[in-house]
Amino acid sequence: MANSSIGTGIEPVSRGQEALVVRDLSYAYGKKPALDDVSFAVKRGRFTALLGPNGAGKSTLFSLITRLIVAPRGAIVVEGQELNKVGNRALAPLGVVFQQPALDLDLNVRQNLHYFAALQGLPRSVADARIAEALATLDMAERQDEKVRALNGGHRRRVEIARAVLHRPSLLLLDEPTVGLDVPTRASIVKGIHDLAINGGLAVLWATHLIDEIEPDDDLIVLHRGRIVDYGQTHEVVQRSGAESLGEAFEKLTGHERQAA
Amino acid sequence: MTGRHYAIAFGGIVWRELLRFVQQRERFFASLVRPLVWLLIFAAGFRAALGISIIPPYETYITYDVYITPGLLAMIQLFNGMQNSLSMVYDREMGSMRVLMMAPLPRGFLLLSRLFAGVAVSLVPVYVFLVVAYFFGIELPPLGYVAVLPALLLTGMMLGALGMLLSSTIKQLENFAGIMNFVIFPMFFASSALYPLWKIQESSLILYQICNLNPFTYAVELIRFALYLEINWTALLVVAGTFVMFLAAAIIAYDPARGIQARKAGAGG
Repeated sequence: MANSSIGTGIEPVSRGQEALVVRDLSYAYGKKPALDDVSFAVKRGRFTALLGPNGAGKSTLFSLITRLIVAPRGAIVVEGQELNKVGNRALAPLGVVFQQPALDLDLNVRQNLHYFAALQGLPRSVADARIAEALATLDMAERQDEKVRALNGGHRRRVEIARAVLHRPSLLLLDEPTVGLDVPTRASIVKGIHDLAINGGLAVLWATHLIDEIEPDDDLIVLHRGRIVDYGQTHEVVQRSGAESLGEAFEKLTGHERQAA
Repeated sequence: MTGRHYAIAFGGIVWRELLRFVQQRERFFASLVRPLVWLLIFAAGFRAALGISIIPPYETYITYDVYITPGLLAMIQLFNGMQNSLSMVYDREMGSMRVLMMAPLPRGFLLLSRLFAGVAVSLVPVYVFLVVAYFFGIELPPLGYVAVLPALLLTGMMLGALGMLLSSTIKQLENFAGIMNFVIFPMFFASSALYPLWKIQESSLILYQICNLNPFTYAVELIRFALYLEINWTALLVVAGTFVMFLAAAIIAYDPARGIQARKAGAGG
């Protein structure tokens, strides 16, 4: 990404506030448990990594936070509003990039973004300005009239990131957004999102199974078989596990071999 | 959420459907060619063989092609409703359904807007068909072209809601063809679209009773009467009631407590 100057609208004074609180959350697909008593918080101005091997329950957690499914037990609070009580209205502060791309392939980049802006209630003139700003920031301005079908994976991801921040959310959720991308594109996206959290003041929850996407100062939630096995700043988690690196700590906590790319 | 937010979101949903419709020209031609084949080939053949006696809303003897025109309008909407359902299954597989369902507006409103957008798009081939039919001798009362619009909207919403309900039960795109065969053809053939009910009653009482239970029969009759500036109250009540029932069931089916993905065990990482 060219830089991370996408407007976020987050005031510095609100940094450190909890944008997302998950309490005692459990979920099962039939009799198969997917999440078991999960509790954590994501703060504004912080990049929080949700690290877990495939099948750990990361995507289920994202589906619950985005209200695509509802958990019978536990609570999810977004900017002080509990999802189960408030309904879809509580999703307004949320920007999301799903693991599975969710763009309309037959529409062009701008049309995709306009559709999303309309769903968020942005008037046309506001949407036009924000789309231009987001696409310029993500080096996608020249591709705004191209159909999404014609874009490569990295460019599609950029469009999805542009879409996720269009309505100036305070909480950004990204579910393994770098899967299938080449190394330079991955590095660019990881850096850009870190900047959005640290400089832009957004609360970021970044699900991944790739340890090299996580910085020592990031907040870290290690999820394994639907349970949180450790939670804190990355360097604290490493220290507590008695390991010398995050990769080693991940192995100790989950029994899975580390993956760096 | 303000009234303006609702209006902008509604406009955005309809605009997206129109964009997709414009880009899928083959969908437009397919929806038009199908009823035209029925009208210009099937009906032309039967025209000589079948005479239709005077039945409401007709005030005189009519030819067979005039009789089946309302049924063919309903056919366009039936196929469109199922096409819309297919499009929703595709959206779900492509992930764009998530974008819609995550909008900070009530899910019922979002689904109703999506439904209306699909119906609005179906009106284009319906009116093009009426224009073509006019040039082939199907003349209707001039005001009938306007009067039929509310009937088309309601029948379209009813058939679209059925499609939406079906889309919630289909897990994969590949399963869709079976549903189409089990829904579209029985609905169309076991109705008053091709033959008046009294003729069906003469040949088979069971089939007549099935036709009477088929909501598509009432959709056809609502359109038929509206074209001749009359209201068939029974048809109106049945179509409106069935629409509410299908819509309520579709909203429940798309409720996150039950969930689109809840039925897909093992959602990934």
